[in-house]
Amino acid sequence: MPKLCVLCNAQRAVLKRPKTAQQICRDCFYAVFETEVHNTILHNNLFQRGDKVAIAASGGKDSTVLAHVMTTLNDRYNYGLDLCLLSVDEGITGYRDDSLETVKRNEQQYKIPLKIVSYAELYGWSMDAIVKEIGMKNNCTFCGVFRRQALDRGAALLGVDHIVTGHNADDIAETVLMNILRGDFSRLQRCTSIRTATDETIPRSKPFKYTYEKEIVMYAYFKKLDYFSTECIYSPNAYRGYARAFLKDLEAVRPSAIMDIIHSGEAWESKVEVKMGAKGKDGKVAVGSCERCGYMSSQKLCKACVLLEGLNKGLPKVAIGNSAKYRDSTRPGAKPPTHDALPISSTTTTTPIPTTTTTAPSTSTIAPSSSTSQTTPTPTPTAPLTPHLRCKKCRTRLVPLTSLSTHDQGTGQSAFGFRKRDAALEVATRCQSHHVAETDVDWIAGVADGSRTEDKVLCPNNTCAVKLGAWSWAGKVFAKMRMFREVAKC
Amino acid sequence: MTLTITLEFSGGMELLFNNEKSKQVTLPETFTPGSATLKELLPWVRDNLLTERAELFMQGETVRPGILVLINDADWELEGELEYVIKDRDTIVFISTLHGG
Ligand SMILES: [Zn+2]
Ligand SMILES: [Zn+2]
Ligand SMILES: [Zn+2]
Ligand SMILES: [Zn+2]
Repeated sequence: MPKLCVLCNAQRAVLKRPKTAQQICRDCFYAVFETEVHNTILHNNLFQRGDKVAIAASGGKDSTVLAHVMTTLNDRYNYGLDLCLLSVDEGITGYRDDSLETVKRNEQQYKIPLKIVSYAELYGWSMDAIVKEIGMKNNCTFCGVFRRQALDRGAALLGVDHIVTGHNADDIAETVLMNILRGDFSRLQRCTSIRTATDETIPRSKPFKYTYEKEIVMYAYFKKLDYFSTECIYSPNAYRGYARAFLKDLEAVRPSAIMDIIHSGEAWESKVEVKMGAKGKDGKVAVGSCERCGYMSSQKLCKACVLLEGLNKGLPKVAIGNSAKYRDSTRPGAKPPTHDALPISSTTTTTPIPTTTTTAPSTSTIAPSSSTSQTTPTPTPTAPLTPHLRCKKCRTRLVPLTSLSTHDQGTGQSAFGFRKRDAALEVATRCQSHHVAETDVDWIAGVADGSRTEDKVLCPNNTCAVKLGAWSWAGKVFAKMRMFREVAKC
Repeated sequence: MTLTITLEFSGGMELLFNNEKSKQVTLPETFTPGSATLKELLPWVRDNLLTERAELFMQGETVRPGILVLINDADWELEGELEYVIKDRDTIVFISTLHGG
């Protein structure tokens, strides 16, 4: 007594849809699965006819199914897209070897060109070499940062208009959970968006945003798609593992939990945006670029360049973030609070990152002049270790502590005789600000261009932009250059 | 009369089963044809075939969340899950969704 499909009432049901609890047959499953992705693409206007679109392909289930579905839909609905596969070779013996073979077979199966970019080629270091240098701990910092940039750089080499990734509904729900657990609101703000881009970067999107992992795996199984499955041997990310297990437990009790979590992430997104008064309504964020490689970065150097600098100097233990990275401002690799999906400036991406550090530009000092030349490095080798004042909200590095003047504060109540002191006044006369040296203020919006003589000091991280203090300029000197203690911390 | 079934492991599940993707097994006499269910099969598979990390296969008396089970190419959620009565020549597939995307 096989159960019949509720959609066609003719064939045997083979799948219970997690999203709707419908029992459906194989053919109806293919039809609804593909149609839902098609609708997601249409409703979100992900592509333009004629776009060159790179499918980020790892050889795993998500990207393999994505490649299959994208080629199928492109043919069926005549999207007019020029599709290609883009893979990253981290240089992990035994892991990528097999999965890259899978991607190469996909190239044949779907008849779309494949580009493989390697860490060795881009950064001068393979993952195996990095692990040899730094040990197994913390290497996922490299994994994540390098992989993200590698995709962008590869895409720029191929001249694509758009990157699609295989992130599915489970992945997004998991990321929402992780960001809530970490209190990371700037990422929470972005992680649910189906498309990430700024004006000058290659847009990235997730056509599987509403597709359950279960259905992706079932689709691959029924279609006998060729994919590779093993865990990255360098990714013992226990925290993500717990979030994953928790999500799967929730799904087992109530399958709609995954959609519910995505929806909460989206609801949160609009709230946070209103509160921060941030950026355009489209979620676009303008950020500067890395002065060494041109990759988009809110800091002077992008994360990859900071990591590479540590590696090349043989100081990896200092350079790599660890659990204390958000707190310890003395670490040059301390993670700036930039977001998960860093896009890249498409105009500068073909410049490879220098793989050797011949000069040692400081990663930490904010240049006192507008000169960004690498040929005038801070000579002190200890420069990257300079402790910095940081934005208390997002932890962006602001100015070296050495730039903060010891305050010529009046003696306040202590000038009076002991019995005449007033405890309340004592508090009030304490200066509540950090005073910044005039040589270290060029990062403050409005200072360098000379357009204003006084303004607020805002956090230079555009996604944060919290008010840090105030400045004013009187003729030749800055009369006031203060940052509030409550918002700026060492 | 015994039950002979085919077990398949994929999606990374095979890593827990000595990298074997498919295995035909004849179940011992304790499995009574017509009444033995998946509820009995799972611990037997764990105790007799699994080569490592039992906690990645089972949680409580069922499979770990995130592992898909198919009985004769149909979602086990349509077949009664643990209550499914095993038949001779059945093919039971375990697919991990927890391994890399
Ligand atoms: Zn049907
Ligand atoms: Zn990793
Ligand atoms: Zn850089
Ligand atoms: Zn900030």
